[in-house]
Amino acid sequence: MDLLIFQVPILMVQASLDGILLGILFALIAYGMALQWGVMNIINIAQGDLVILGGYITYFMYLSGIHPALGVIVAPAIMYFVGVGLYKLVINKVVDRDLFISILATFGISILFMQLMNFAFGADVVLANSEFGTTMLFNNSVTLPNSKIFAAIISIIFAIGLVIYMRKSKLGRAIRATAQNARAAKILGVDTEKVYAATFGINAALCGVAGALVAITFTIHPYMGLPYTIRSFMIVIIAGLGNLPGVAVSGMGLGVFEEFADYILGTEFRIGSVFMLLVLILVYRRFKLSKKREYLK
Amino acid sequence: MINKNIILYAAILIFGVVAPFVLPAFKVQLSILCILIVLALTWNIQGGEMGYNTFGNILFYGLGMYLCASVQVGMFFPLAEWTESGGEKTFVHTPSQFFQGMAYGLVVAAIVPTIVAGLIGYAILGLRGHYFAICTLGLGVAAGEISGGIEIIGAGQGFTTPPFPEVGDLEARGEFFYFLSFLVLVLTFISVKSIYSTRFKLILNAIRDNEDKAEAMGIQTMKYKIIGWMISAFFCGLAGGIMGGLVGYIDSTDVAFDGREMGVFMVLMAILGGKGTLWGPVIGATIFHIFKEGFWTFFLGWQYVALGVLIVVIVIYFPEGIMGWLREKYPERFGEVVDEADRKAQVELK
Repeated sequence: MDLLIFQVPILMVQASLDGILLGILFALIAYGMALQWGVMNIINIAQGDLVILGGYITYFMYLSGIHPALGVIVAPAIMYFVGVGLYKLVINKVVDRDLFISILATFGISILFMQLMNFAFGADVVLANSEFGTTMLFNNSVTLPNSKIFAAIISIIFAIGLVIYMRKSKLGRAIRATAQNARAAKILGVDTEKVYAATFGINAALCGVAGALVAITFTIHPYMGLPYTIRSFMIVIIAGLGNLPGVAVSGMGLGVFEEFADYILGTEFRIGSVFMLLVLILVYRRFKLSKKREYLK
Repeated sequence: MINKNIILYAAILIFGVVAPFVLPAFKVQLSILCILIVLALTWNIQGGEMGYNTFGNILFYGLGMYLCASVQVGMFFPLAEWTESGGEKTFVHTPSQFFQGMAYGLVVAAIVPTIVAGLIGYAILGLRGHYFAICTLGLGVAAGEISGGIEIIGAGQGFTTPPFPEVGDLEARGEFFYFLSFLVLVLTFISVKSIYSTRFKLILNAIRDNEDKAEAMGIQTMKYKIIGWMISAFFCGLAGGIMGGLVGYIDSTDVAFDGREMGVFMVLMAILGGKGTLWGPVIGATIFHIFKEGFWTFFLGWQYVALGVLIVVIVIYFPEGIMGWLREKYPERFGEVVDEADRKAQVELK
């Protein structure tokens, strides 16, 4: 199999391009996770399920005859309120508590979402066909579905839009202030409760956009959420919290890694290799830090 | 006090021995209960006493399951052909082969996960907090996905464990697995109890409360963390091996490395009963099992919805568990502060 890759360079180009486009999408999800991790210090295991939920919203638009590309506007609008509702119901009770409590609580939400989606939408693998066609490159040897290019462009637009929003708007400033020091922000009159709700809502909205793009480009299934959570967690820890260019680069790197793992090891080991990569990265960082007598915390 | 305890233990032991004859319809349920208690007890060593919340103990459980079945088959028949035929009747274990295979299988199922726990523990027990939790979550899922791709142990179509040979009457299978799991439960309980009465437990608690200070006191925390995890893995592997035979069928993601079932059950049971106590996991597992069976029977299809809601409710509103609640209510029973004014002062200090 290794021989195949070095002898057929076109496969490498194909896999790399696929991986980069995929990685931009991952980076968008990871961006949402980095945002809420930085502000609320919560790791949301249900992140991937929010993505899938956004995907199903798009899928239903597609079923009712609306072009699924419009899902990138409708899904985040709905998901924002889902996120705020989730915050008011559950997350606000775990914000200041032990980290494991928040992980376990969001794990419970993840199981709940998975099962409710399974009931509501069925256990079939579905996709929303955008009928964008494909682009052929290099003498028709590399095929790129236009929907993937569309997904990458939309992801970049949303990411840049959010960066500008966080820099310029009042709420963005409040969010950044809360992330730096929640107590000081409170003293200076920031309603941190509102900021937290908005942060979780924005995160869910980003997941909604990503989900719409996933539904257009790939397939969705009620139980496919957890790999997206792990991918975004991994991207954030490779990049480091608060390092946005790093998130984009490590997202693309992960996408390329996944495509290559798919070619070399076979599709059945694709998800497994993502999870193993997470373990390996954490182990690497643990040994690197332990030389300086530090640890990941 | 000592007399009371002896009476309690004797009552439980007698109940355990006569239970399959008194309640013959519930033999399988009781065996599963024993396994669940073992899992909750061993999880509690990490999550409760050591403060390292792991989602990864399911790894050892699943490893034990696959190893026990593989040894049991591989000792007498070619393993690849067995899994390919899906456990059809081409190969039949004689009774002596079955029991011999099971015995060796359980030994392997206990030892290999222990070694694996030592190696993995050396690599990842240096992580703290949520990094450790997510890393172990990743380990469990990765193990499930990878074992679902390996041909020789049945890949995606699963692994049928050897059927119970035709010895004795119809009840023999249930009784055999019940007593096996009860024996493992008794062994686990005795070892955990004796561990908890030594300095080892105090070291684990010191790690939980403040690892940096424990290290500064001269405790080699890494060593104790690894040993603690290896103890867990030993009993998890045994439990998995028995469960594989009891269920009769192993599927990588649905049975062996099932993060959505056993993987989260063990965490939930320990938290429900009370983390960091000896009896908490036992009580928690029993209550959880009754609840689960009720729900799985009467609301089939909605069980994961109920599970999700249960997890959220327990961790948000009930993180101290039943033992924690009792401790708050009757502190003198736990040998805590007896003086009422003193207790109130302590509560206010919190």
